[in-house]
Amino acid sequence: MNYFQLFHLPAQFELDLTELGTRYLELQRQFHPDKYAAGSERDKLMAVQQAANINDAYHSLKQPLLRAEHLLALRGLKISNEQRSFMEPAFLMQQMELRELLAEISDAADPDALIDEADQQIQQQKKALLRQLQSALDANTPEHDHQAADIIRKLKFFFKLQQELELLEQQTQD
Amino acid sequence: MAYSNKVIDHYENPRNVGSFAKDDPSVATGMVGAPACGDVMKLQLKINDQGIIEDAKFKTYGCGSAIASSSLVTEWVKGKSIDEAALIKNTDIAQELALPPVKIHCSILAEDAIKAAIADYKQRHGN
Repeated sequence: MNYFQLFHLPAQFELDLTELGTRYLELQRQFHPDKYAAGSERDKLMAVQQAANINDAYHSLKQPLLRAEHLLALRGLKISNEQRSFMEPAFLMQQMELRELLAEISDAADPDALIDEADQQIQQQKKALLRQLQSALDANTPEHDHQAADIIRKLKFFFKLQQELELLEQQTQD
Repeated sequence: MAYSNKVIDHYENPRNVGSFAKDDPSVATGMVGAPACGDVMKLQLKINDQGIIEDAKFKTYGCGSAIASSSLVTEWVKGKSIDEAALIKNTDIAQELALPPVKIHCSILAEDAIKAAIADYKQRHGN
């Protein structure tokens, strides 16, 4: 299913989140199962199915990485659920260093300073990668799509780091 | 999801954690990662002139299964030639640790770490 089509949005990475939210509410109203309560069993079933599709589409389009994966899948490059290992030594070495920095936080005398340092690095890299992802996806050629897939894989490591950092932040505040 | 006793044992008492000096010519380093869960694994092999793995160390940031898989691998590769080590399959690791299907990718990661380390060694020794 093409989630962009469902939401009458152009199939591209750049997205106005406010517009997405508005479309979501409109579609929810339009296909609300209550509206089909008096309809045939078939209509009811269809409304329930459509409501589920609308929810799935909204959640995928809202998150940049899921949106990018959906866009690539529509272009014939499916990377969700892949179990392939990522092997780029320089990138992984940097990930290892960031993980080591995070590991220092819980025993640090001044954890907030380290949290800020890690957060800055993560945000900076994430932003740069998201910009690269945007231009790779906009180029819309098979070669650029493969580049985009690699950028998505890298971004996943950074989103994971961010999660870990948020957990640490909560722990140090407790 | 319950971890098997072997996973818990390796997780609680990981074997051969640490690093060798990267610039030591007898040390090969394999770095691998799993985008889906953000796990990062470093496996280092100390290889002698006869191509035998004399020692191994690992550092893994990830779930218990990923840590156990890499810990197990450091035990398995010691004393093996690089050609023998290259034959270690993720299915052997998964079976030994009784990994559930959702954790199979951790054993794939450990197999790929061995391959990456051997590739690093061959690249640096020109064959």
